[in-house]
Amino acid sequence: MDMPKPELTALTRPYWDALREGHLVFQRCGCGHAWLPPRRHCPACLQPEPVWERASGQGRLVSWVVYHTAYHPAFESRLPYNVALVELSEGPRLLTNIVADHDALAADAPVALKVEWEGDVALARFRLSSQPTRSTDHA
Amino acid sequence: MSLSGRYVIAGIGHTAFGKLPDSDTVSLNVEACRLALADAGVDKSAVDAVFVKVPTSSREFMYGQKVAEALGIAPRIGGAWDQGGAANLMLLSFAIMAIEAGQCDVALVCYADNPRSGNRAVYARPRGDDAAYGWFSTAAGYAMIHRRHAIEYGTRPEHFAAVAMASRRHGAENPNAQLRKPLTLEQYMASPWVVDPIRRDDSALVSDGGAALVVMSAKRARELGVAAPVPVLGFGHGQTSFEVAQRPTLTSTEAARAGETAFRMAGVKPKDVDVAQLYDCFTVTVLMTLEDYGFCKKGEAGAFVADGAIEIGGLLPINTSGGLLSETGMPGLQLVMEGVRQMRGTARLQVPGAKLCVVSNQGGTMHTHGTLLLGN
Repeated sequence: MDMPKPELTALTRPYWDALREGHLVFQRCGCGHAWLPPRRHCPACLQPEPVWERASGQGRLVSWVVYHTAYHPAFESRLPYNVALVELSEGPRLLTNIVADHDALAADAPVALKVEWEGDVALARFRLSSQPTRSTDHA
Repeated sequence: MSLSGRYVIAGIGHTAFGKLPDSDTVSLNVEACRLALADAGVDKSAVDAVFVKVPTSSREFMYGQKVAEALGIAPRIGGAWDQGGAANLMLLSFAIMAIEAGQCDVALVCYADNPRSGNRAVYARPRGDDAAYGWFSTAAGYAMIHRRHAIEYGTRPEHFAAVAMASRRHGAENPNAQLRKPLTLEQYMASPWVVDPIRRDDSALVSDGGAALVVMSAKRARELGVAAPVPVLGFGHGQTSFEVAQRPTLTSTEAARAGETAFRMAGVKPKDVDVAQLYDCFTVTVLMTLEDYGFCKKGEAGAFVADGAIEIGGLLPINTSGGLLSETGMPGLQLVMEGVRQMRGTARLQVPGAKLCVVSNQGGTMHTHGTLLLGN
């Protein structure tokens, strides 16, 4: 059974193409705001034509969930699997998987990019890292 | 002049809840509206506005007109709206504002859906491109928030359990409830994961059913001889719009802005509230709503709900007819209707002498929030 694949559009193709080259990218506006997922306009100031910027790959584990039920047949053989919310050190946040034992996952743990292939799609997964990153989640 | 107290819920009505095979959502809406008009003692000919939430499980083009056609009503204003589970409470406030603006006179607000006997795929849906990572289902977004609340504030499983135990205890007393089984802490802890850290007993039921409200000015209700009108003292909305991954924080909700607006409009404080009907799609939603309304400090809802404080006879009884966890998973109107019963003094689990009820509705993954304050 094939895994669900991202829908490649003119807007999202640069993101997925960069991952195929081993790089995680995000968008940044002239105003300084940085974000994911891809948009045509900066959600802070609405200026068009943001630029793509390469992420360091360092981040922080904000939260995670563990699936014990497969909502798609391709995930049945992977149960239990996690989906995690990671904040990049540059600010943007994304959903991902942490390639680690679930018992080792901890709040605000530092994580590092680990690009993995599923069929012909390169995914931005992360692994636990020993390098600490700054924390900004306490509003 | 403030709108507070000048508009009323004149009638409430609902179908059976649970599994209703061979039902269709338009017919369920009509049945609920028929019963709400009968409860108000108002003839259909008085209604000139129909506000309906689109069925969550099956979107239909021009749905508001389908319902109005089946009701045999040509509305001056209305239509179908979508703010997820907050839509019903928001539609009630839109109806009041439309009447105040002279756009209509008497409004029906209604909702029906049949995901239990029909299609429940929406609750298990892939979430955009993130499905490539296995990101599926409504529950998963709430699980992400639930975990972060536990991380930041030390909220324990027994705190989440206390919310489920209150709704389940109250629902067990409600003959209309879909699930009439009280819940113990031991049963909660043994409840299977939906998406860890959310358990089955943290999660709303999946239900067929419909419900409706009749809304008009207090003056019109007097003219029409409505027997038990319940005044709307305040309402407020809030919408973050950002998906879970894009929010700067996971542990505060739009309940803060919606509640502030509603309490200010009504000129009351959380300490004045006698009974609450809080949207319990998942248990974490109730904890965060209590905090963001100001019933307790941020992060202290776990301690607030301990020792039966939110059960009947406690400090702040919530969801006295069972909520989404026990009465029906239908999003929102069951809570408004139970608020109306509490203010009429006719609730099965009546809070003695209750004079102020707060109701919350919430949509998406805490994307939208509506607050309602009812008096008597």
